[in-house]
Amino acid sequence: MTADPAGVSFGERMATVEFRVAGNAHITVDADVCASCTTRECVTACPANLFAETADGGILFNYEQCFECGTCYMVCNKEGAISWSYPQGGYGVVFRRG
Amino acid sequence: MSPLSPAGFDAVVVGAGPAGSAAAFALAKAGRSVVIVERGPYPGSKNVYGGVVYGRILDQIDPEWWQSVPVQRWVVRRSTMVLTSSQSVSVDVRSQAWGGPPHNGMTIYRADFDSWLAGKAVAQGARLVCSTVATGLIRDASGRVCGVSTDRPQGELRAKVVIAADGVNSFLAKSAGLYRDSSASHFTLGVKEVLDMDPEVIESRFGLGGREGLDIEALGATGAIPGGGFLYTNHDSVSVGVVVALDGLAASRRRPEELVASFKAHPSIAPYLRNSTLREYSAHLIPEGGYDTMPDLVADGMLVAGDAAGMTLASGLWLEGVNFAVGAGLAAGRAAAAAIEAGDTTAQGLAGYRRQLEASFVLADHMRLRRAPALVLSDRVQGVYNKVLCDLAEQLFTVDNPAPKPGLLTLARRSMAKHGLKFRHLAKDGLEAARTFR
Ligand SMILES: Cc1cc2nc3c(=O)[nH]c(=O)nc-3n(C[C@H](O)[C@H](O)[C@H](O)COP(=O)(O)OP(=O)(O)OC[C@H]3O[C@@H](n4cnc5c(N)ncnc54)[C@H](O)[C@@H]3O)c2cc1C
Ligand code: SF4
Ligand code: SF4
Repeated sequence: MTADPAGVSFGERMATVEFRVAGNAHITVDADVCASCTTRECVTACPANLFAETADGGILFNYEQCFECGTCYMVCNKEGAISWSYPQGGYGVVFRRG
Repeated sequence: MSPLSPAGFDAVVVGAGPAGSAAAFALAKAGRSVVIVERGPYPGSKNVYGGVVYGRILDQIDPEWWQSVPVQRWVVRRSTMVLTSSQSVSVDVRSQAWGGPPHNGMTIYRADFDSWLAGKAVAQGARLVCSTVATGLIRDASGRVCGVSTDRPQGELRAKVVIAADGVNSFLAKSAGLYRDSSASHFTLGVKEVLDMDPEVIESRFGLGGREGLDIEALGATGAIPGGGFLYTNHDSVSVGVVVALDGLAASRRRPEELVASFKAHPSIAPYLRNSTLREYSAHLIPEGGYDTMPDLVADGMLVAGDAAGMTLASGLWLEGVNFAVGAGLAAGRAAAAAIEAGDTTAQGLAGYRRQLEASFVLADHMRLRRAPALVLSDRVQGVYNKVLCDLAEQLFTVDNPAPKPGLLTLARRSMAKHGLKFRHLAKDGLEAARTFR
């Protein structure tokens, strides 16, 4: 996990948030479209840090700790790279002090 | 879930945020059958904001709302800060009047506020169905919206009117074709940390009495990215974070939590946060484009309210969305009830919604301040004026004996020259500011 300037690791940071993880992904990323993306906005902008660049230039995405904010589909400039929807009702992020 | 009414409801409200619960309250109060569909397990579970609700609009829901609202602190101190990396200038306003009814701002968590407000709608007779996503609009043969599909088995909900109060990403308003343009440039990302802190520490650190709170808004807190920082006191925690333009964030290649960390490390902020521990990290989008980026608010059988319609007022001096959402929701509920009563829920029959909004603060403030978002997010406001102002203030209070004190105008010229600000910029922006905030 990336070291965090606030003194907690990114993993510890995300561990402060409750997620009721659904069985299937509410967001999927098309690796083929991403392969030709040079800008990779999603990687830095996602506040939950869910997009990772792989050694071979691909994108790895994990939906489990998602804030459901919408940043990724808004900043992505490639048509069809991200298909985005909400998790099934009752699942996903649960904020207590939002 | 027990089968919802097969005969349908007068109205279906999507989203139990402030807009949705206010709409359902107004409909139920008018004697109409109404169901609220909320995708989270409880109202507020999906929602994040900075932290201050301006409550006067709640008078229309409960004239003594402050008796029962699950408040954290009543804001009596409001500080507006302008920062550079090593300087700050603040305007600090305190009013003890804000500490007593009818109050001004209150800090409150959304899990608490949204559940409280939804409870008001339910007490009035609305039905609340949580853990349910509205997945799309249902239309009749003529194309009129007549309900929503949900992710429940046999989960279709039919109604005479659908109120989309589904928040900033509003897939319902988008699927109804009401948005002409919803590009990233109209949105900001808010990133927040709630830090646990002992109430007595909060009170002595921020100069507050037992139930009193402080609200800090900071400009120049987000480096080269247009945006701002905020710090709010709750009972036993502080909420601290930044709001940044989405396109600026993406272009900057900086990580959101790093931006929060650099705001927290500012010499004017860091001492406030000593010995606090991270309780919850969160993020959410804000529609900050203002009036000119709002969608159409009415379609046949459908109304859009709150952030779903881009109604957050973000003008630099203010970041208000909850009160606007409540105001819009109440108007939507009343207009829908009147249209149902009159037997005409076409766009024309629902047109009273827009008229009510224009007659209230919701659209009146937005129309008056329609130029504010562009001005506030402009390069000079974001990256030059903060430096000019901080340098000017620093020089003004620097005693440079034996040199005599320079005049204010000399200092202003010096500070402007240092940061490349010309008098013509000042005149142009001054005029624009005068027009914007007139
Ligand atoms: C970081 C940040 C700081 C802010 N600071 C302030 C502040 O200090 N003061 C202030 O007044 N405002 C502030 N705002 C703005 C304020 O949060 C919003 O304007 C307000 O929440 C809008 O209310 P709403 O009811 O329109 O939408 P929301 O509060 O977003 O509610 C929408 C609801 O709909 C539900 N929903 C969405 N889609 C579906 C679906 N398909 N099916 C079922 N349910 C669905 C969601 O779960 C949610 O509960 C801030 C916002 C942010 C992000
Ligand atoms: S999701 Fe979009 S921004 Fe991210 S790598 Fe793929 S194409 Fe690029
Ligand atoms: S919705 Fe937000 S938190 Fe979830 S993957 Fe996209 S950017 Fe990250």
